[in-house]
Amino acid sequence: MTRLSGQNLLLRGYVVLVFVFVFTPIVTSFVFSVNSDRFPTIPLGHFTTHWYETIFADPDIWEAFRVSALVSVSVATLATFIGFCTAYTDYRYNFTGKALYLSLALLPPTIPLVIMGLAMLALLARINMSGQIHSIVVSHVVLCAPFAMAVVRMRLAQINPDLEPAAWNLGASPWRAMREVIIPFCRPAIASAFCLTAAVSFDEFAVAWFVSGLNKTVPVMILEILQGNTDPQINAIGSIVFAISMSLVVIAQLIFFRKASAPTTTGI
Amino acid sequence: MPIVIWQLVFFVFPLIFLVVMSFWLVINYRMVPGWDTVNWTKMYSKGYFWDTYWRTLAYAMIATITTTILAFPCSFALAFKVSATLRRWALFFLIVPFFTSYLVRIYSWQIFLNDNGIFNRMFDYLGLGPFHLLNNFFGTLVGYLTLCLPLAVVLQLISLANVDRNLIEAAHNLGCGRLKTVFLVIVPMAKIGIILGAVFTFILSFGDFVSPYYLGGSKPPTLSILIIDTTKSGQQWPRAAVVAVTMIITLLTIMFASVSAAYRKKP
Repeated sequence: MTRLSGQNLLLRGYVVLVFVFVFTPIVTSFVFSVNSDRFPTIPLGHFTTHWYETIFADPDIWEAFRVSALVSVSVATLATFIGFCTAYTDYRYNFTGKALYLSLALLPPTIPLVIMGLAMLALLARINMSGQIHSIVVSHVVLCAPFAMAVVRMRLAQINPDLEPAAWNLGASPWRAMREVIIPFCRPAIASAFCLTAAVSFDEFAVAWFVSGLNKTVPVMILEILQGNTDPQINAIGSIVFAISMSLVVIAQLIFFRKASAPTTTGI
Repeated sequence: MPIVIWQLVFFVFPLIFLVVMSFWLVINYRMVPGWDTVNWTKMYSKGYFWDTYWRTLAYAMIATITTTILAFPCSFALAFKVSATLRRWALFFLIVPFFTSYLVRIYSWQIFLNDNGIFNRMFDYLGLGPFHLLNNFFGTLVGYLTLCLPLAVVLQLISLANVDRNLIEAAHNLGCGRLKTVFLVIVPMAKIGIILGAVFTFILSFGDFVSPYYLGGSKPPTLSILIIDTTKSGQQWPRAAVVAVTMIITLLTIMFASVSAAYRKKP
């Protein structure tokens, strides 16, 4: 199987091509963020930090980053908590209507974001909750909770199912068993879900665009700049966004996969 | 049970409200609650709406077929032709772009595809072009692939990695050729992953507005662009709701049909 026949070389070359396609736009953004030309194309101009200086001098951008940070941290906290509870309920209990419960929990990512945006805007406007930071938070929690649930549920699938009942038999209250058996076991998954949901929220632009009003997040700001003319600042803002969200996803995966391979039974 | 309450209040309820709102009236630029089918009849009697509907459906179908075909050799190679360590790293690097700023990646493609962009400069050196790569369906398709290809490869790869190697060995021993093995043994066994990848590609490209807007030039529009135009230009939210409800029904039908096809046992 490992013999490098012509066919295998061709397949490997194809894999490389797919990765080039996937990563080219990301690399391009970093390259042009430090390129001097106003209209990005080749040949490249000279190296400059001008675009970064411009955006760092812009109070609107600082404000957008502040809103984004606030939103993604609140969303990550809430979504991870809700995702954990859902995953635990699915793991521990069987009840009628469980299929409905799970589809309710996992369906949001299949609804187009524009439609979620319109629906949230219509509803929130009706109850006078639109255009505020918490309207973005509420909408993003709906979108992010399923990811958190999936991550925690994968971890719970690895736990020895007898551990928790053992703790109960030894006299631990359900709450104490949760605190000393389940939560320590799930800690890497919880941390990972937190980073992942923070990244999803930090990057989400469609729903945020509909409900945010004047409280623009960074992606909404990018969306609005894009609707105008070519502006090289986009590459600088975009590169910062890439750096932040990619680090979050990388951290999420590293935590999840490193800990998952070494089973831990802390707590008892 | 907090998720049930939360999802009911902020997920199901807004969607139900969307359906209700599609029956409301707009009088003097203000929405008035009511039960009138005027929005539905108005929208459904417009040729423009149906043109957009079929166009969006066709775009999403083409994106689904292209993505599935382009993803398969890659996930196949990653599943069978590389070491487990390399496979893990590939998975790792495919998950990262799925969660990172789609919007900025689309903007990067503009730099490549526009009439004065990187590709056309390169064609120019070769004495070719210029080719119009932006503001047409080609541009839109590049955007759809950017969005969906990593996800499709991941889903296919997970399914392919679980294919029983002994069966492939058996097919080879029984004299089944390489390509024949792929299509008669491996593809049917990885059916779930392939269909799930296709379904998600369909959902994402059917609902996406960024690629058709920024790479496809927004004209002619897709349904999502229609929703945005109808919502942002004035108070015609009930009509946008009609479009949205139509989209959801279409998506649910296609999702249900393909997922039941994926899990159906062979007769």
